[in-house]
Amino acid sequence: MIKFLVYVAIILTVLAVGYLVRVFELASSLKGKRSEEITEKDNRMMSRIMLTFVVAFFLFVIWQLKSYGWRTLPEAASIHGKELDWLFNFNMGILWFVFVLTHILLFYFAYKYYGRKDNRATYFPHDNRLEMIWTVIPAIVLAVIVIYGIKTWNHITDVADPKSQVIELYAKQFDWTARYAGADNTLGASNYKLITSTNDLGMDSTSSTGSDDIVVKNELHIVVNKEVEFKFRSRDVIHSAYFPHFRAQMNCVPGMTTMLHFTPTITTAEMRQKPEVIAQMAGINAVRKARGDKPEEFNYILLCNKICGNSHYNMQMTVIVETQAEYDKWLATKKPFFDKGAAAPSEKQAGSDKGTTETKDDMARDSIKLGNGDKEEMESRK
Amino acid sequence: MENHGHHDSHGSHEHHGHHDEHHHEESFVSKYIFSMDHKTISRQFLITAVIMATFAMIMSMLFRLQLAWPNEHFGFINWILGDKWGKDGILEPGMYMALVTIHGTVMVFMVLTGGLSGTFSNLLIPYQIGARDMASGFLNMLSYWFFFLSSAIMMASFFIETGPASGGWTVYPPLSALPQAMDGSKLGMTFWLLSMTAFIVSSLLGGLNYIITIINMRTKGMSMTRMPLTIWAFFVTAILGVLSFPVLLSAALLLIFDRSFGTSFYLSDIYIGGQALEQTGGSPILYQHLFWFLGHPEVYIIILPALGLTSEIISVNARKPIFGYRAMIGSIMAIGFLSFIVWGHHMFITGMNPFLGSVFVFTTLLIAIPSAVKAFNYITTLWKGNIRFTPGMLFAIGLVSTFISGGLTGIILADSALDIPIHDTYFVVAHFHIVMGVSAILGMLAGVYHWYPKMFLRHMNKKLGYVHFWLTFISAYGVFFPMHFLGLAGVPRRYYSNTAFPMFDNLVDINVLITCFAILGGLAQIIFLFNFFYSMFRGPKSVQNPWHSNTLEWTTPMANTHGNWPGALPVVHRWPYDYSKPGKDEDYVPQTVPLAEGEVDGGGHH
Repeated sequence: MIKFLVYVAIILTVLAVGYLVRVFELASSLKGKRSEEITEKDNRMMSRIMLTFVVAFFLFVIWQLKSYGWRTLPEAASIHGKELDWLFNFNMGILWFVFVLTHILLFYFAYKYYGRKDNRATYFPHDNRLEMIWTVIPAIVLAVIVIYGIKTWNHITDVADPKSQVIELYAKQFDWTARYAGADNTLGASNYKLITSTNDLGMDSTSSTGSDDIVVKNELHIVVNKEVEFKFRSRDVIHSAYFPHFRAQMNCVPGMTTMLHFTPTITTAEMRQKPEVIAQMAGINAVRKARGDKPEEFNYILLCNKICGNSHYNMQMTVIVETQAEYDKWLATKKPFFDKGAAAPSEKQAGSDKGTTETKDDMARDSIKLGNGDKEEMESRK
Repeated sequence: MENHGHHDSHGSHEHHGHHDEHHHEESFVSKYIFSMDHKTISRQFLITAVIMATFAMIMSMLFRLQLAWPNEHFGFINWILGDKWGKDGILEPGMYMALVTIHGTVMVFMVLTGGLSGTFSNLLIPYQIGARDMASGFLNMLSYWFFFLSSAIMMASFFIETGPASGGWTVYPPLSALPQAMDGSKLGMTFWLLSMTAFIVSSLLGGLNYIITIINMRTKGMSMTRMPLTIWAFFVTAILGVLSFPVLLSAALLLIFDRSFGTSFYLSDIYIGGQALEQTGGSPILYQHLFWFLGHPEVYIIILPALGLTSEIISVNARKPIFGYRAMIGSIMAIGFLSFIVWGHHMFITGMNPFLGSVFVFTTLLIAIPSAVKAFNYITTLWKGNIRFTPGMLFAIGLVSTFISGGLTGIILADSALDIPIHDTYFVVAHFHIVMGVSAILGMLAGVYHWYPKMFLRHMNKKLGYVHFWLTFISAYGVFFPMHFLGLAGVPRRYYSNTAFPMFDNLVDINVLITCFAILGGLAQIIFLFNFFYSMFRGPKSVQNPWHSNTLEWTTPMANTHGNWPGALPVVHRWPYDYSKPGKDEDYVPQTVPLAEGEVDGGGHH
């Protein structure tokens, strides 16, 4: 019944609009005007709306900065991340200036120069000096931006410190596996043809450098103030390793090894104490509570950032940054992959690869803490 | 709507050696369906594009509902998608990605390329250069029908059991090459490739026609520097298309081979579905280079016509010459040329050589300069104008605002270092929607309102036009500005839901705000659709030159005349921007008016 009423309401609205349009046109012609003619009154009204708009727009932007600004990523937790945040703010300063200036001019001119009867525009077809000014100044500003940007880029993409910890991150639909390079800090050879249900990464047991490699799922541990070099591989499609808090990202491409390195500067424990993080987590936990989910602690995260299939939105790994001592303690509980003694207590078996077709079961991942909301989603799809 | 006149009896016909149809009888099919008349073809492009845009917009409504309210059951979703993809009113993840994919594909190609270039190049090129029609009416007709075919195939992919392509509009392999990877890489992906092949054919046919017509068929006195900026824009756009679309075709062809014929252009070392695939030696990055070699010029193929239309509309309605005509031509050409050497900025974190990244940073920031020049020139055109706020003018001003806003965030993304933390996040989504999705659409709508009297001999209702503009403009900023913050909070694109990450839990209200504005914007388009179709039949009849414009299209008779001018072609004596020229009675001087004694043509050297 409601549906029917909705359809009727829509049809009647359309008809009403049509009739209103006819009324407007007839009224105009009664006044001796063509209805499509733009009058001075129209121009004046539009000019005022233009001015009102730009003021409202700026207020809207300011409101968003206040309301959303504090919810963007917290302080960068890596060395180059801090450089990037500085560069971002520097660029944004320039851009905000240009945005505000051009918008004031655009809308103010639209307001001031609205069309009046018996008024004539000023014939001003070109001015080479003006063109020169606003070509050269942007060119100089952009040159500065380019130079800073490329310098930072070169710094970030430079070769890693030979002493950095090498970790492989292996991406597949729909989870991450980390492989620590062990005492020799060299990853063992691997080949996709060696993949089996017990050898997820296709590690080559004959490789001399691979015997001390340690395979870890669920949590990635790295040491604060020590550079880590990630090497990325992918099993099936392009994924992307995105570490937002460290301002790091790199695609994982089947058929090649990509890499990136960074040095984390803030441990997970320290980050949890930061006022801005505490404020953000308070907001997050308030939302979670209202939803009936349990509260969370802040954690660094690795997420997939290149569309990779139906569970792209839920492919993650927790990242823990800790002191050397804590890290050593954690690592001691892990056994090398090729050490076929009893599995260490905290290590989970490498799962069989059912994650390759787009089944709904892909939503059930070991490391994912799903809230009630997601459980309901899952139920409804079984 | 259209009057067909027989013009064969005039002795002073100017034959440029192309048209011999002046003596034929046209059937309904040859006049309205397989028409070879540029005016009919432009209307066909427009109407098809408007319909495709409506579909793509509905798709965006569906996935916006999912993003704002992930656990809500929406009867609307179930009504449109049925129990397979919308069971209990919840959008299925695979279909979410399919909607995102087809939304992007349809908007970028069918609406903003077909609907902008196809409509306005066809409508305005012969008119504004003083030609009777395009160089080849036949190729032009084929260009439309391939466009239609491409649109039909794309929409048909919704009716396949495994659904449409769903790897994002960029459909990177190996995801799009491996049917085992997801349903959207099965038959739906094949449909996508077929549709795009037809679309590329359509673009090439059209583009070649536009270039040849502009070079060869300008009327007497219409030198290149007396052409309106619309034509310059369409000209450079067509060149971009002819040079870059074939590369997309090659990318698609190699993908078809990888999918169906066991080749390994893009595939290497893949283990999927329980088996190690045979292919080795290929690289997914090859696809990205090929795709973006078109992909980047493509976005300029989209925006240049919109900028061209805006130049014309702002100038006519401010009653002033467009400021810096030559600088505008120069910037169109600079943008066109530079657009070929920036594609790598879409690939900074693909794992390609970092040095290559630096090169692309440099070239991309170069392209910001001519873009800035254009924006400043538009603003200066308004200065001391006598602005007539037609709905078209409002949209043109809106284009300038969003072109600036969206273009500025491009400067951040162009910096490879700054791209690292925001690549593939909502910051990018905000950027390209504002600078392309909004800006170019505003340009297209400006063109529709402004040239509607030429296409349909009537006016659209101005009050509905005003309401449509303001609602659209406000909604657009309401939808896309907040997305910058989502991106800076680390929210990735193409995520079905943000609920799997506690860190995104406090951003729900932002998504809700965005969706509410999106719904408002969507409803606002209903006003346009009503106005557009209603006015075709009941809109107030127009006069020959309602906007008091100087360009040649307004010198043709009101009836849609085959061959455009009954009798001789117009002769051009001046550039098109003599608005409010001192010493003239009227505030406009059409191009056909000869120069007075001692008068200097404004388009000449100074």
